[in-house]
Amino acid sequence: MEAEIKENLKYTKDHEWVEVVGDIVTIGITDYAQSSIGDLVYVELPEVGGSFDQGADLVIVESCKAASDVYAPISGEVVEVNNAVVESPGTVNTAPYADGWLVKVKAADVSQIDTLMNAAEYKEHAAE
Amino acid sequence: MRYLPHTDSDRQEMLAKIGVNCVDDLYDNVPAECWPKGLPDLPTTKSELDVERIFVNYAKLNHAANDGPFFLGAGVYYHHIPATVDYIIQRSEFLTSYTPYQPEVSQGTLQYVFEFQSMVAALTGMEIANASMYDGSTSVTEAALMAKRITKREDVKIFGELHPQYRETLETYFSVIGGNIASNDPDESTACVIVQSPDFHGEIHDLTELRKKCDESGALLIVVVAEIVSLGLLPAPEVADIVVGECQSVGIPMMYGGPYAGFFACSKKHVRQMPGRICGETVDVEGRRSFVLTMNTREQHIRREKATSNICTNQGLCALAFTVHLSLLGEEGLKHLAKLNHQKACKLADALATIEGVTIQNKTFFNEFVAELPIESNDLVEKLAANGIIAGYALGGNRLLISATEMTTDSDVESLINAIKVEVK
Amino acid sequence: MQEIEERLLCEISRKGRRAIDLEPIDSNHNRLGVDERQSIGLPELSEPQVLRHFVRLSQQNYSIDANFYPLGSCTMKHNPRQNEKFSRFSGFLNLHPLQPVSTAQGALSLMYELKRWLSELTGLPGVSLNPAAGAHGELAGMMVIHKAHEMRGRQRKVVLVPDSAHGTNPATAAMCGYTIKTIPSTKQGLVDMDLFKASLNDDTAAFMLTNPSTCGIFDPKVKEIADLLHENGAYFYCDGANFNAIAGKIRPADFGVDVMHINLHKTFSTPHGGGGPGSGPIVVTAELDPYLPVPNVVKTGGAYQLVNEDEKSIGRLKSFQGHFGMFTRALSYMLGHGADGIRRASEDAVLSANYIRASLNDLYHEPFPGNCMHECLLNDRHQRDAGITTMDIAKTLIEHGFHPMTVFFPLVVKNAMLIEPTESEPKETLDDFIGAMRQIAEDVKLGDVEKLKKNPISTPRRRVDEVKAVRDLKVTW
Repeated sequence: MEAEIKENLKYTKDHEWVEVVGDIVTIGITDYAQSSIGDLVYVELPEVGGSFDQGADLVIVESCKAASDVYAPISGEVVEVNNAVVESPGTVNTAPYADGWLVKVKAADVSQIDTLMNAAEYKEHAAE
Repeated sequence: MRYLPHTDSDRQEMLAKIGVNCVDDLYDNVPAECWPKGLPDLPTTKSELDVERIFVNYAKLNHAANDGPFFLGAGVYYHHIPATVDYIIQRSEFLTSYTPYQPEVSQGTLQYVFEFQSMVAALTGMEIANASMYDGSTSVTEAALMAKRITKREDVKIFGELHPQYRETLETYFSVIGGNIASNDPDESTACVIVQSPDFHGEIHDLTELRKKCDESGALLIVVVAEIVSLGLLPAPEVADIVVGECQSVGIPMMYGGPYAGFFACSKKHVRQMPGRICGETVDVEGRRSFVLTMNTREQHIRREKATSNICTNQGLCALAFTVHLSLLGEEGLKHLAKLNHQKACKLADALATIEGVTIQNKTFFNEFVAELPIESNDLVEKLAANGIIAGYALGGNRLLISATEMTTDSDVESLINAIKVEVK
Repeated sequence: MQEIEERLLCEISRKGRRAIDLEPIDSNHNRLGVDERQSIGLPELSEPQVLRHFVRLSQQNYSIDANFYPLGSCTMKHNPRQNEKFSRFSGFLNLHPLQPVSTAQGALSLMYELKRWLSELTGLPGVSLNPAAGAHGELAGMMVIHKAHEMRGRQRKVVLVPDSAHGTNPATAAMCGYTIKTIPSTKQGLVDMDLFKASLNDDTAAFMLTNPSTCGIFDPKVKEIADLLHENGAYFYCDGANFNAIAGKIRPADFGVDVMHINLHKTFSTPHGGGGPGSGPIVVTAELDPYLPVPNVVKTGGAYQLVNEDEKSIGRLKSFQGHFGMFTRALSYMLGHGADGIRRASEDAVLSANYIRASLNDLYHEPFPGNCMHECLLNDRHQRDAGITTMDIAKTLIEHGFHPMTVFFPLVVKNAMLIEPTESEPKETLDDFIGAMRQIAEDVKLGDVEKLKKNPISTPRRRVDEVKAVRDLKVTW
């Protein structure tokens, strides 16, 4: 089954999606990412208030056989984390773009969003 | 060559299938300059009988514990091993199988590892245990590293007499990994307090006070048990955060230092920071209870440089030997064995105290204690060894660390006492 | 394999049963300073019950004694029973590691002889027998390198590791405080020389390379790599996991190795024991010899001594003298084979791997075509479109009576299958295995996908739920 890619989101080459509302950025992993990692059994989220540079390790997601770092797609400060996925990591598999979101970050520089891919670009990237 | 099945015609057929003329053609990637000039200076094939003769001679040059009275402990103990233990660990299916990566055909190994973990947890009073570490010294070291990861602090405090070789191992690791080792009270930069009980000198420590100090400073409490038989008589160190130590005393021969198995137990909340293999219960597609290696993402084969440790395997057969022996002992058997050890040691202490000038240094002990002699302990150990008695471990000066187990007979004690009397005169 | 159910020890326990009779307690001293423990929580069984329990468990296992075990990189060769017999002589079994050395001369001379064999076979003069396993040997070796840089007056920061390396390599280098720089492999599965050269500078502490590699290839540029490292003041750490392809033929010293660990449980046949114990001695150049861990066995006059303290040494890496029980087995293997037998074993291992490769590479994809060393690397590229992956092939092999090869390693090849037959297997066994692999490929072509997905069926257990094992973690009864 082909992985779902949402039109209105931005993407990184490491298979994260980003939704921008004002200067608040919601971050998750894509459908492609969750299906290649497999059933998630563990999610480690950062603490609210922590600051991250673009490209820094932000979240760890793990299946039985793989551990992946989720990198900060842009620099900023963590304002909210989705504790529900810590309790039931499987939510990231079943709803990667909805209830399976991971972190909300207040962007230090919203223009960094322009370095990310749009849906069409990501679709090409994921097909490689 | 008895171990190599290919005949010359097999080899020719195989070379033909591959499409090369000779075996060295398969080594054509090896640069010409890397081929050795001559053959190694080593002997050629020997028959089993010839090899046996060589090994008989090596063994003959050693004085084994069963060759005379034996009172040496110091972290490795001379205990009886039931015949069933060695029979089981020599079964092909245990001896010659690999790490149980394919659970469908490895339930035998996986189930006994689960049983090993369960019994270690019961003995130590901890919630969980792993599938074992290399030995006592490395399990202490890994516990300290784990405490550093959990507390994000650097320093380690050692309380009482930690086995000197455990301490040296810890120091070697810390010399590259970083962190200070000291013996004063814990403070806000202390990751953990390590206490061995019974300690290297045999003294048994009250953990309540240490627990309080750890709680006040936010450090973890690591309890080390080098003589695991003691847990049949001493209260479980359940106030600890991590309990580690040596399995050797149950089912594993002394074998001049190894292989043994280290045990590693802790509270469940720390499982993600635990090093080593862990076996867990699950079900197969038909819903039958099954066991499988789990929590693998902590480990080096997945996590690589971010792994909790570089350790790969557990001590397999040694953990099996421990599990079989402990199953044979059971609840009452272990208690009885522990009590027997303690009684033998008490009698030994009483007998030694009858010698003029000898005093027992310990306030408390299990099966090992320090005797202060009127002569240098090192001299005594060497002299008695020449007469076929292994008297104990010379701590330096006049102090002798001495141990008794269920193997110790009244006549062994008598021989020792008489021999010491001759030397101290 | 027959279906066997065996309950847990705690489920067959009954209060009051005994399996060991001990001497009665005839006194009641208490010098513990505390009250005696009341309850532990251990099971209670009779002697025959314990025996049956573990025999029945054993029957659920696969073993090299009973069957072909082609795990790549793991080296499941025959474990001669003479090794087991000799290592159990009382003079070894009942020998305490802290006895006066005057009472352990046989053990020490045995260790000295083992060191001589390892040194002769590798061409490297310094040997430490202490490390408990391969990964522990890596740690010892990298600490030696760390110490050498320190003694030269400037610590370096980076260790280079190819992407095909065992996970222990980067994990070990990280434990020594080094930053890891990964060197991607070329399309031929070799070290990318351009990327290697570009990464090499005066901050490089060492390069950790497995040679022959985890792809089963002897790197033709290995000497050039060693020379470049040495010109830059860096060391060549060789992961010796695959020494069994070249032992007795090629000496690592001759291709520029500074430090190498040797897995006695791979090359020298000490049993794997369902996961251990291993033994991982290291060999080093004369320059690095002073830094080896203590203790070290030396010969002075006619007697053997243990050196426990040495100022230059990195120190102690574990208690006592290493896994002595593995030294006896490895030396028994070496003496039995002799230098000629060890060389022949290496050649036969390489011959058998290539025979399997040549017999399967029409049906299975060979990512790096050409001669291999002691293991051949294939993958599922020809089967993937039909919906069959390496995992399904591995599980179906079990149904054909064979233990699977190593799967999904090395990571540089998608869905790798790494097959290592070793020198122990006769051609008939290799042909049976090849037949099974060809049958599986034919079944995939015929579209029998659903059947393959269900395998294995007739094993003690079928595919297990690994997700449940983590989510509902239960590690004790």
